[in-house]
Amino acid sequence: MNMSLSEDEQFLAATALEFVSARSPVSRFRSVRDERAVGTAGRETYGEMAELGWTGILIPEEFGGAGLGYGELIVLMEAIGRNLVPEPILGSVAMGGVAITSGDNVQLKNHWLSDIAEGRAVVAFAHHESGTRYDTQAISAKAERAGDGFVLRGKKTTVLDVVGADAVVVPAVFEVAESRADDLGLFLVELSDDGVSACSQELMDGRNAGIVELDGLSVARSRLLNSDLAGRPILQHVMASATVALAAEMLGGMSAAFDLVLEHLRNREQFGVPIGSFQALQHRAARVYMDVELARSTVLGAARAIDSSHSESASYVSLAKAMCSDAYLHVATEGVQMFAGVGMTDEYDIGLYLKRARVAEFMFGDAAFHRDRWAAQYGY
Amino acid sequence: MSREFEAEARAWLAENAPADLVGTRAASEGAGVWGGSRWTFGSDAEKVWLERMAAKGWTAPAWPVEYGGGGLDVEDVETLDRLLRELQMPPPLVGFGLTMLGPTLLRFGNEQQKQTHLPRVCRGVVRWCQGYSEPDAGSDLASLQMKAVRDGDDFVVSGTKVWTSYADQSDWIFVLVRTSSEGRKQEGITFLLVDMSSPGVSVSPIRLISGKSPFCETHFDEVRVPVQNVVHEIGKGWTVAKALLEHERSMIADTFVVGDSRGEEGVEGDSLAQLATAHVGVREGRLVDGALRDEIALNEMQHRAFELTVQRGERAAKDGTAPGSMSSMYKVYGTELNQRRCDLAARILGPSAIGWEASGFSEAGVQVGRDWLRSRGNTIEGGTSEVQLNVIARQILELPS
Repeated sequence: MNMSLSEDEQFLAATALEFVSARSPVSRFRSVRDERAVGTAGRETYGEMAELGWTGILIPEEFGGAGLGYGELIVLMEAIGRNLVPEPILGSVAMGGVAITSGDNVQLKNHWLSDIAEGRAVVAFAHHESGTRYDTQAISAKAERAGDGFVLRGKKTTVLDVVGADAVVVPAVFEVAESRADDLGLFLVELSDDGVSACSQELMDGRNAGIVELDGLSVARSRLLNSDLAGRPILQHVMASATVALAAEMLGGMSAAFDLVLEHLRNREQFGVPIGSFQALQHRAARVYMDVELARSTVLGAARAIDSSHSESASYVSLAKAMCSDAYLHVATEGVQMFAGVGMTDEYDIGLYLKRARVAEFMFGDAAFHRDRWAAQYGY
Repeated sequence: MSREFEAEARAWLAENAPADLVGTRAASEGAGVWGGSRWTFGSDAEKVWLERMAAKGWTAPAWPVEYGGGGLDVEDVETLDRLLRELQMPPPLVGFGLTMLGPTLLRFGNEQQKQTHLPRVCRGVVRWCQGYSEPDAGSDLASLQMKAVRDGDDFVVSGTKVWTSYADQSDWIFVLVRTSSEGRKQEGITFLLVDMSSPGVSVSPIRLISGKSPFCETHFDEVRVPVQNVVHEIGKGWTVAKALLEHERSMIADTFVVGDSRGEEGVEGDSLAQLATAHVGVREGRLVDGALRDEIALNEMQHRAFELTVQRGERAAKDGTAPGSMSSMYKVYGTELNQRRCDLAARILGPSAIGWEASGFSEAGVQVGRDWLRSRGNTIEGGTSEVQLNVIARQILELPS
């Protein structure tokens, strides 16, 4: 496993960092949050990201993308995570677009992928239903055959980046299916379709999520992503993609939060000295540093595993999410403690990272979930 | 170049690796051929293997040929190591001469010292040990007091070194001595090579809480050491010592990343999961104790993450982009990880791990108990975790002192 970034990856990382520093500092996320403009503001910035090639990173060249892999995606997500950039890269690039790409519906690919790549369309992915905790394969939404098409019924919650999206990919089970081998359809649902209602959900971290309800929505068979009706492997692949992307975003967030903490430790004076000179705080900072370094290795490891179709790639994905979940929360909780009083105020950015750490931790499986999945993969 | 070397090395090993040793590679404390005048080989094959590899220069493949090494570049050294692992061949020779003294002499030693000592290390005829810590100088190593007083062409050395691993089986020792008590405490320290057969050197073993150990106390009573045995310069020993300590930390951390994160030692080669499967029980393919499953998975994941980090660090070191003092992180994390693993192994065995001797207990159970005791020292030896955290905070994070 090549545990260093290639020159191209390093270049992309530097460009991405430069762009988010100039065009989307944390203060921008803060104002989007305060104006409750998540999902509606910033199509302009999104267009600029598309021009840089970010939105087409995973989309094959034949459909207008760059045809790159997760080595590139993670350095991008890291920059996004650093500045809490609110654009729908996770939802549309790492999830919706990946779902369409993984299916076999060429018509849908032609219709949507180049639009996603060029930043003209945002396609979310409905990975969650209320009460299913982290079991994304537990799906109640139904697809009933009706003539040549299907009627969809169900409710999806915490659909990421759905506010302001054009469409959402919805997993639904076929009522007549006999086994899990061919019981799941992934449907492309346009949010302007009759029979679809979507509303936003307010998350602790101020990010973009919503509820999508399908109340007897009739869709043509042409809206089905997978003609073989065996949607579960695609769903699994989308979740692996989303999980690595999110872990990389978390890595960026924890790195930025740690930078804030170090700066504070060097500058804040109490008892006439910088508080960073106290050994009690130095040792805790050193432990946070180790966690961030290990998290960084797991994110790169997961990207390399997926890109090389490693036989244990599911384990590497779980490793990254588990380590990043624990590390991000560690950095952020220690950060608030070290910033002390002002760390509890909304004015300081460390609290934004704490909230993002918690929400991201509970997205796509927390650390304990992924440890259990790891154990299951190795037979215990 | 590398391809050519691989084919050549493969052919040479096929010809020269004794069949009796193929598949016998083991990794535990004290395993391997340590060499020296007191060494007894476990078999003729071990002796032959050492002689052949030494003649080829491959006991120290990266060292220059003129000092008994193989003169190989980094890539070829990696290739050779990989080939040996494929065959599961034990290394022909291990010990502190190869891992600590050699790199130090190559960097700081003078020509005569290199020519005298390095070939004898490569051939395994001289065994070395390390004399750093003293009864009153542990974490605060620079406060060491062992005196070396100049008398003509000699130093006269008096004092005691502790934690001198394998001193009772070694021929030479490298020590830090105080040649001046003026100025900063780091400034009066000198790095000295001492022949342990010199009059006045005596060694007594130390018994640890885990039972027998390789550790000794080494006493120096007016031992005469020629001034030409000073490495680098008189009073500049701290510079040499620090460089050597980095080797030592990496080496200690390295001992915990051998093998893969699953299937590492435990008991008789069992992983924690295998151990738990056998001792705690399984229902429908899962360990019955969910809390234990979580802890085992955590330990395995941390292990894998640590391995990836060491690999990333090695890459970065090659590219010249690694921050200094990474060895401190490896040392803290690697040793604590091993402690948690040993602790988990003991808890999995529970009442089977409380035996001191195999008196109604299994050998394996006794070993798990003793390994757990021994592991408590991991975060102390080679610089305590607290000292390493200081290094990380000051040198990597640049926090104010």
